[in-house]
This record gives sequence, structure tokens and C-alpha cells, in this order.
Amino acid sequence: MGTLSKAARSMLLSELVTGMSVTLKAFFKPKATINYPYEKGVLSPRFRGEHALRRYPNGEERCIACKLCEATCPAEAITIEAEPRDDGSRRTTRYDIDMTKCIYCGLCEEACPVDAIVEGPNYEFATETREELMYNKDKLLANGDRWESVLARRLELDAPYR
Amino acid sequence: MADFFFHTTPGQLLLIVLETLAVLVPLLLGVAYLTLAERKVMAAMQLRKGPNVNGPFGVLQAFADAIKMLTKETVIPSGANRMLFLFAPFLTFSLAMVAWAVIPTGNGLAIANINVGVLYLLAISSLGVYGILIAGWASNSKYAFLGGLRSAAQMVSYEVSIGLVIVSVLLAVGSLNLNDIVLAQRNVWFCLPMFPMFIVFFISALAETNRAPFDLPEGESELVAGFFVEYSALAFGLFFLGEYANMFLMSGMVSILFLGGWLPPLGIAPFTWIPGPLWLIAKILFCLFVFIWVRATFPRYRYDQLMRLGWKVFLPFSLAWMVLSAGFLMVTGLLPGGAG
Amino acid sequence: MMTQIVFYVFAAVLVLSATMVVCARNPVHSVLFLILAFFNAAGLFLIAGAEFLAMTLVIVYVGAVAVLFLFVVMMLDVNFAQMREGVQRYAPIGGVVGGVLLVELIMAFTHWRVASNIGQIRHLVPSSPERTNTAALGDVLYTHYIFLFQSCALVLLVAMIGAIVLTLRDRPTGRRQDIDRQHDRTPADSLEMLQVPLGAGVAAQGGFLRPHTSYDVASVPGSYGTEAWREQGEEEETQTALVIIPPAAGTKGQDDA
Repeated sequence: MGTLSKAARSMLLSELVTGMSVTLKAFFKPKATINYPYEKGVLSPRFRGEHALRRYPNGEERCIACKLCEATCPAEAITIEAEPRDDGSRRTTRYDIDMTKCIYCGLCEEACPVDAIVEGPNYEFATETREELMYNKDKLLANGDRWESVLARRLELDAPYR
Repeated sequence: MADFFFHTTPGQLLLIVLETLAVLVPLLLGVAYLTLAERKVMAAMQLRKGPNVNGPFGVLQAFADAIKMLTKETVIPSGANRMLFLFAPFLTFSLAMVAWAVIPTGNGLAIANINVGVLYLLAISSLGVYGILIAGWASNSKYAFLGGLRSAAQMVSYEVSIGLVIVSVLLAVGSLNLNDIVLAQRNVWFCLPMFPMFIVFFISALAETNRAPFDLPEGESELVAGFFVEYSALAFGLFFLGEYANMFLMSGMVSILFLGGWLPPLGIAPFTWIPGPLWLIAKILFCLFVFIWVRATFPRYRYDQLMRLGWKVFLPFSLAWMVLSAGFLMVTGLLPGGAG
Repeated sequence: MMTQIVFYVFAAVLVLSATMVVCARNPVHSVLFLILAFFNAAGLFLIAGAEFLAMTLVIVYVGAVAVLFLFVVMMLDVNFAQMREGVQRYAPIGGVVGGVLLVELIMAFTHWRVASNIGQIRHLVPSSPERTNTAALGDVLYTHYIFLFQSCALVLLVAMIGAIVLTLRDRPTGRRQDIDRQHDRTPADSLEMLQVPLGAGVAAQGGFLRPHTSYDVASVPGSYGTEAWREQGEEEETQTALVIIPPAAGTKGQDDA
């Protein structure tokens, strides 16, 4: 590029004009945003969202209080207490997850031998108070009941890769 | 009725109040919608949609923001100078409003059609730096102080080139009256014969209003928010409104000095049907669009580059242009009022 | 009537704020009061019908000079306790100087006679009432006293250049930027494509490589760290001992050496 044409380009601000033409073209292009609350993006079956405790099809809760999830949790968000139930089976009396501590790493899910604790597809569980994010066993079981069909399908889809 | 407004003292006072309201109410509404327009335009240029939930196309977003801002808590840092801390946003806001007194929206349609209108505008815009400097100092915060200092140096530097550009316009007009300046552009708008000055003025206006790519005083990535880090609620809101009102003011100055103010582009039928004030508004809106367009396009300047541009490029260039245009006008005998 | 009231308001505020400039404990407040004083002076000019002077006062003094004052004063680290210690000691001298000045001013003003033919000097009064005072001032400055005016400007220019020359230092370690040279750079100057053997990594190539010409091409000749600077540095060995040459900017394989 000759000195003359370079000088002309810089005097005529050709670079600025080029830049502005790019943004002006983008101004009229169709937008890439999805209209979030009304449209949602696709989730992978491995997406790690809100936790849920699952049950067997007969209604018996899966969790056997092995406490592997509690042990593996890197954020120490899970608290479990357990004692034998009247029928002699080992069950939890307390299963709390502090959702404000949870880092959604999915290790509890990986550690669980009976697929009881899972992270579901739900990511819209914002609350107005902090207390509401201290999940207890009832809340987690309720989540499991609510999302069961989806959770089972997700595990099924992901099974070949495990 | 006309007698009451023009010949009695209370009538005249009432008239001034009404005139002021007629300018300020549309201006403040415009400022509110400029914030929305900026978000929408920037979003569109970045392939996003922008606010679209509050009302159709998000038109109520501006009011939602205003309500949010009013209901927040005003925090005054314990080490701050209370008086000056609260004074700064009011200063910035009121200066941005006061300048509109001299902007003519039609032939003779200004609240105050004074002889030194351009100087008045220049004086008011040069005062804008105080709001920022005082805010930066009174906050007793490093970020705010650095932002204030940057802004002071930047505005003083670019005022010089703005002044010289204005002088070269004045040479061609022969009057400091804004009304005369617009009327002098009846045949051709000054943006054509003085195109380089138009560009210099526009870029200096960006620097003067602390807009991207010269938004170093508030440079989020290094100074958090610059001179108004410590501000919240209404005080923040006043700064915000003041800044956007300054954008309107600078766009108004560009329109009046270079784009023929209220004059239509051609003095023939379809253009002359539209009233003058609407032409002025259209020109201001166009300038504002370019303000936003520039913000969406260019990355921020580095501070030494900013100073280099102001002192080593714009100052010599506009000085040379001023001398050249004075010489040209003298030789061709176009110099207005030369004989007097 | 109205004008008189406005005049006295402006004058009173002007005097008060001028007093506050001296009395305020905080220097920043002093400067802000100074600005208020300038404003009221501008108001007085407006009342006198000198709107050009009023606006110029605001633009030049408030818009530029006072900003620089404020700039400097804000940066100062003033110890107020220490400042007040000296007041007792310097009060007599200050009082004497002030008193002398006051007496001189009184003498000057009581004996001031305005020449009786002042109205006859044509260019001092606007030629016609329609002529704005902007134009009248222009006549005086640029037509009748152009030589004096331009000489003043030259003196100021010389002072400014002098100040810059006295304070401008050329730092040996300064890295100066030449925008044009940077714009002239092409990918060939700054990028070097290398065939790296599998598993060898960049270590086998002599460490982290940087195109040797890259910095030299983009920076000002003789700037810190360039080829020319280094050659100059070799001659004066004491200088090279003080500064560290960035190894990456050197030639290829410098690490091996």
C-alpha cells in the first residue's frame, strides 16, 4: 500500500467507516436472542439443576442413607441423619441440602449407588428469602415426585454413556 | 390575553415559566427514552433484543428504571464531604437543563435569544466538568477521584478544539447569536463546506460528554464506575439524567452549528410543510443515534491516545482550518460584516 | 430599581465569597468560593451590558483556569495543623504588607482623575448603539491595538514553551509509541509460522519465540528495548548494567547463549 493511499485512508477515517458499517448491518439482522421467559434453550440430559430425591415405582424412597453423597460433597452442603425404621430398613430421618452452598458439581449424583439423589433440569427455583433455599427431605422428595417422569427419561438417555 | 402575557409583569413571568416547561418536559421525557433507545439500539447492533418485557417493545422500561431508582436507599460514604457530595449531581443535572435556554427551535423561538448564545453554550458546557470533579473529590474514594481527574483533563483538552471549531463557524456567520447562525445556513448547511470541522466537532462532543469511545472517566473495567461509584438512588439518577441531557445538548449544538438547526434540507415544498421544531428534533435524534452507534462500534481509547488525539491532532488541525477558512473568506470577499 | 437590587445581590455575594476564599479552612472550598466569585463578577458584567466579557470570564476563568486550580489543590497533601502553626509568626509581616497595599490603594483612588476628553477618543466607545460590545471589543483589540495584543500573546506563548522545555525530561527507559509505524505493521512482521516436531515443543526451538523484528518495527527508533537502543547501550556499559533487556524481545535462541 502506497504512502499516499494510506494517508488518504487515514484522513478519510476509512477504518471507522468500515467498523460502523459492520454494526449498522448487524442492526438490521435477525436477532439471536431467545425470548427467555417465553422461549427456552435446549437442555442436555446431563444438565445439573435443582436437586430431587427419587422413589421406586412402588412409592418406597430410594435413599438408603449410605451418606456417600454427604461424604463426597465438596461444598459440604448436604447433611444426613439416619436410623433404622420400624421395619428394620435403614432410612434417613433428615436429608438437608443447603442450596446456597451447593456448587452444582453433580458429585452427589455420581456417588449415589441407588440413583436416589439426582440433579434435575429445573433451574428456575429462585426464592425471595434465603431460608427457602435450605432444602429439607420433604422438599427434595416433593421435587422428586414432581419431576419423576423427566428424571427417569434423563437417566435413561444418559445410561449408554455411563 | 396576549396583552396579559406580554405587557404585565406577572404575565411575563408566567410566560417564562410556561416556555421553560415547554422545553424541559419534552427534554426530560426524551432523556428517559434515550436510555431505552440506547439499550435497544445497542442490543440490535449486538444481535440482541434489548428490554422488551415492560409494556409493548419495552416502552415502560424507562419508568420502571425511574421507580427503581427512586425507591433505593441514598448511601453517603462516611468519609465523604456531605454538602459537596450532594451538590455535585444537582449541579450536573441543572447545568444540562440551563443550557437549553438559548437553543432556538424555530426562527426566534428560543427562551432567551441572546447575542452571545454560542459563548453561553460553551460556558455552560465547560462548567459541566465541575459536577464531575466535585463528585470525584467529595466521594473520598480512589476510583471516584481518578475518574474525576481524568474527566477534568479530558474535558478541558477537548474544549480547546471545540472552541476553535466554533470560531471557524463564527467566521462564516459573523454573529454569536444562535438564531443568526442557523439563518446563515439557509443556502447550504455548514456540514458540507466544513465537513472536517463537523467530524472534529462531533468527535470532540463525544469526548466532552464522556461517551464511548472516550468514556475513560467512568471506564467500568478499570475504575468500576469512575466518578459516580459512591452514588446511589436519586443522586445517581440525577447524574445519569444529566449525562444524557448533555448528550441531547451536544446533539443540539451539532444540529445548530452544522446541520442547519430548524431549517429543512431543501427549501422546497414537501420539506417546508414540516414545521421547524420537528426538523430540529429529527436532527438531534439522528445525532443521538450516531452517539449510540459509535458506542456500539468502537472500543475504549487509552488515556494517552485520547490526549494525543485532542492536543496533537484536533488542536493543530482545527487551528489550521480556522486560519485557512479565515483566509478563504477574506480572499473571496465572503467574510460577513467585514467592513463594519 | 430591579437592576440595582440585582447589582447589590451580586456585589454582596462577590465580596462575601472573595472573603471566604481567604478564610475557608479547606483549600478545595477556597477554590470553589473563588469560582462563585468569578460567577458573580460575570453577573456584574452582564448588568453593565458587557455580555461578551461576562461569558469570556466564565469560559476562561471558570471553565479552564479554575479547573486547573482545583485539579492542583485536590492533589495537594496539605497538613492543616502545620499550616496554622506559622500564623502567629507571619501575622505582623502580613499585616504590614496588607496595610501598605491598602494605603496605596486609597491614595491611588482618591487622586484618580478621568481625563475630560475621554469621550472624544473615538475607538473606545462603540460607533453606534446597534453595534454589539463584542464587535466593539474586537475593534479595540484587533484593529487599534493589534500590535500590543499580539505581543502579549507572543509573550504568553514564549512563557508556555519555556515551561514545557524546562520540565520536559527524556527518560532513557521511556517506550515511545509511533502510531503510524504500528499501523504499517503487516502479519508478516509480527507472525512467524514454525514447523514444530511432534513432542518437541517450543523448548527445542530455543524457548518461547517472538518475531525478532516485531518490537523494533512497531516502536520509535531508539526507544527503550529496540535494536538501535541496544547497540547504543553496548557502548556505554554502565547503562546496560542498570536496565534489564527483556530476553523475549531479543534475537532467536538468546536463551541458549
